[in-house]
Amino acid sequence: MLLSEMKEGQTGIIVYVGGNNGALRRRVLEMGLTRGTEIYVEKYAPLKDPLELIIKGYHISLRVEEAANITVDRLMIDD
Amino acid sequence: MIDDLWNRSCLRADTYRQVTLFFCYKINRIPSINNQQSTIFYRNTLMHKKTITIALAGNPNSGKTTIFNNITGTRQKVGNWPGVTVEKKEGSVSKFGHDLKIIDLPGTYSLTPFSIEEIVARDFVIEESPDVVIDIIDASNLERSLYLATQLRELDCKVLFALNMADLATSRGTKIDANKLSELLDVPVVFTIGNKNTGIDGLLKAAIKLAESKSKISQKRKVKYSNDIENSILKLQSFIEERIEQKLPYNIRWTAIKLLENDKIVREHIRQKTGNKSLEIFREVETHRKHLLDRFDDDPEIVMTDERYGFIAGIIKEVVTKSTKRRIDTSRNVDLVLTNRFVGFPIFILFIWIMFQTTFAVGSYPMEWLDSGVNWLSAILERSLPDSLFKELLLNGIIAGVGSVIIFLPNILILFLFIAIFEDTGYMARAAFLMDKIMHLIGLHGKSFIPMLMGFGCSVPAIMATRTLESNKDRILTILITPFMSCSAKLPIYILLAGTFFSARAGTVIFSIYITGIILSIITGRLFRSTLFKGADAPFVMELPPYRVPMIKSLIIHMWDRSKMFLKKMGGIILVGSVIVWMLTAFPRNINYSMDYNEEINKINASFTEKQKKAAITKLKLAEQAEKAEKSFMGRIGKTIAPVFAPIGIDWRGSVALLTGFVAKEIVVSTFGILYATEETDEPDALKNALLSSEMTSLSALSLMIFVLLYLPCVATIAAIRRETGSLKWTLFSIVYSTSIAWAAAFCVYQGGKILGLT
Repeated sequence: MLLSEMKEGQTGIIVYVGGNNGALRRRVLEMGLTRGTEIYVEKYAPLKDPLELIIKGYHISLRVEEAANITVDRLMIDD
Repeated sequence: MIDDLWNRSCLRADTYRQVTLFFCYKINRIPSINNQQSTIFYRNTLMHKKTITIALAGNPNSGKTTIFNNITGTRQKVGNWPGVTVEKKEGSVSKFGHDLKIIDLPGTYSLTPFSIEEIVARDFVIEESPDVVIDIIDASNLERSLYLATQLRELDCKVLFALNMADLATSRGTKIDANKLSELLDVPVVFTIGNKNTGIDGLLKAAIKLAESKSKISQKRKVKYSNDIENSILKLQSFIEERIEQKLPYNIRWTAIKLLENDKIVREHIRQKTGNKSLEIFREVETHRKHLLDRFDDDPEIVMTDERYGFIAGIIKEVVTKSTKRRIDTSRNVDLVLTNRFVGFPIFILFIWIMFQTTFAVGSYPMEWLDSGVNWLSAILERSLPDSLFKELLLNGIIAGVGSVIIFLPNILILFLFIAIFEDTGYMARAAFLMDKIMHLIGLHGKSFIPMLMGFGCSVPAIMATRTLESNKDRILTILITPFMSCSAKLPIYILLAGTFFSARAGTVIFSIYITGIILSIITGRLFRSTLFKGADAPFVMELPPYRVPMIKSLIIHMWDRSKMFLKKMGGIILVGSVIVWMLTAFPRNINYSMDYNEEINKINASFTEKQKKAAITKLKLAEQAEKAEKSFMGRIGKTIAPVFAPIGIDWRGSVALLTGFVAKEIVVSTFGILYATEETDEPDALKNALLSSEMTSLSALSLMIFVLLYLPCVATIAAIRRETGSLKWTLFSIVYSTSIAWAAAFCVYQGGKILGLT
């Protein structure tokens, strides 16, 4: 599934970071959203965009359209 | 615990290298040894005293600025990096017998040259080759911080890691084995706690030690890529070595890596250094890139980023132990309230309201004091100096001009204090998080909201607040549309005109003017985004740093630095601008008046009663002033350009008033006062009555208000635009664009209104 489809409080593992915008893709990777990284969807902003994630022990926000480039495997664990 | 950390930090990995006494600086711990050490230390160093350049690198929010402030205190210089508007901070200190020059590099997450900050930081390390680079690493964010660290390590400069805020990491259940980290990357590691000023001396000593060590930088223990990539790097390395005559300022391995990553700046370097052989090299690079693309089914730069993180993950596994028990995360709980679905926005609006109120309402008191101070000074000079051209220049040109800048100082100080608080606490990122959806509609970043909002108060601090934006495109676009947010200095003009011509509906009219400004800024934003600033938006990807209690010292330094810059740089331009406007209104000196006012006054003195006399003389004096204004260069220019304003229903008086509004918008009202020969103080409604009996209609008043809303900003704002865009081109563009839009909008209002039969 896509990262943008995940709901608040869900956990997943990044499978692939795609997209046509090379600069964005690289920036996303450099911030640590690399393959195999565990992500936790902390929350969506009040207007449903952007969203906040916890990765590698820190908080990061992405726009929903940016998150739509990231494929994840959802983990069925309770927070 | 600190002791424990100290002991560990005092070790350097490669044990075959000498672990000298100096390296274990436990000063003030074992006094007897310490004194001895210091003596040797000073004796050794005083003999060959030279300035050591230390660059501070690190992620944003890593506590880098706090450490910089702790080292340099108030002895710091703030300026811009050449050619760009990225803040450059440097400071000099003498410590441990050395002159140290500390340069605070922009905070970056990587050295991939995408943003200006990254380019600036990388260029500095490569071209200026500082003696030591200290990488400030947020210990509670080790994994991501190591990305920059590995890149610095690859650059082959002398790197030293400062593991900052390890106390915080420990309290969150993360323990870092510094010895292991030092060993794995072959880099000295020092523990610091920036906000408690702990470990700073040790850090500096370690930096001096590293700078003085003659040892070559270890080539081992850098990132190791997968075999295919390593092969390509090696092949490319020898390929370049054979073809290069001049020595490159950086190592060949790094060059090869960057070429494989398709780094535009390094490619350009190679083109310059190798001349026509560069084509050969680029062809070879392409072959390797294509090979890797086939092999990994992805761009080499992506694969290498991935592998760097893989390498880091390996390090993390060895150096970090996490306790399983989870502590209460205060920052997260605070955030659950501040960005809450329901109360997030109300709280945000409240904060902004407080900032706005304090900046402009509370700030108006010191503003008044400064204003009366300036008035007091000019009153004294007025009395004590003999009448002369110089006196007029001093009073009406220089003091009036400089005074108009200085009175903004309280506003600017307060505003920057708030911005510093927002930034240092971490709230700024949340404001952007909340507002991004709305701002994105205009093609802007969430952070653009604050400067635009400030624009309603005063464009000068608003434009300076765009510094918080990371992308240059966003910054320039925000600067271009901020002047459309109607600033508070324009309000007196609206009050006068709307009050005069739309008495009952004045409020609605003024409100519509404000809305017009907002709508035009949205249109402008969208228009420019799809034309001038075409291309993909800057990625929003933004760290939401943990909330922190700001340090008073850094808040004050932050606030003062920026305000100082405002005074210094704006002062010059505004001074010149106001002197020019003064000259235009004061010259020519010999005016052919339509009557001899002095003689008329003398006549009156002879004939009328006391009371009549006073009124008649005042009237004559005002008429004289009006005629003087009319016949000054400014008046003549106004009359010359009046035809341009005719289609939008503005007469020559309006033109002159608008021209003087260039110095400050408030002046428009007083110019009207002079030109219509009225004195506000005598009779409050005099100007209103004069306007009503003039040719001005409600329609032309509306047109004038629209024009005032949009036309070229005041000289202080222009100075701010020039400064913050760093480009004359954008400054001129802003002036021309806003004035054209103003004319077009006023034309539509005036001519449209006439067609509809309005007056």
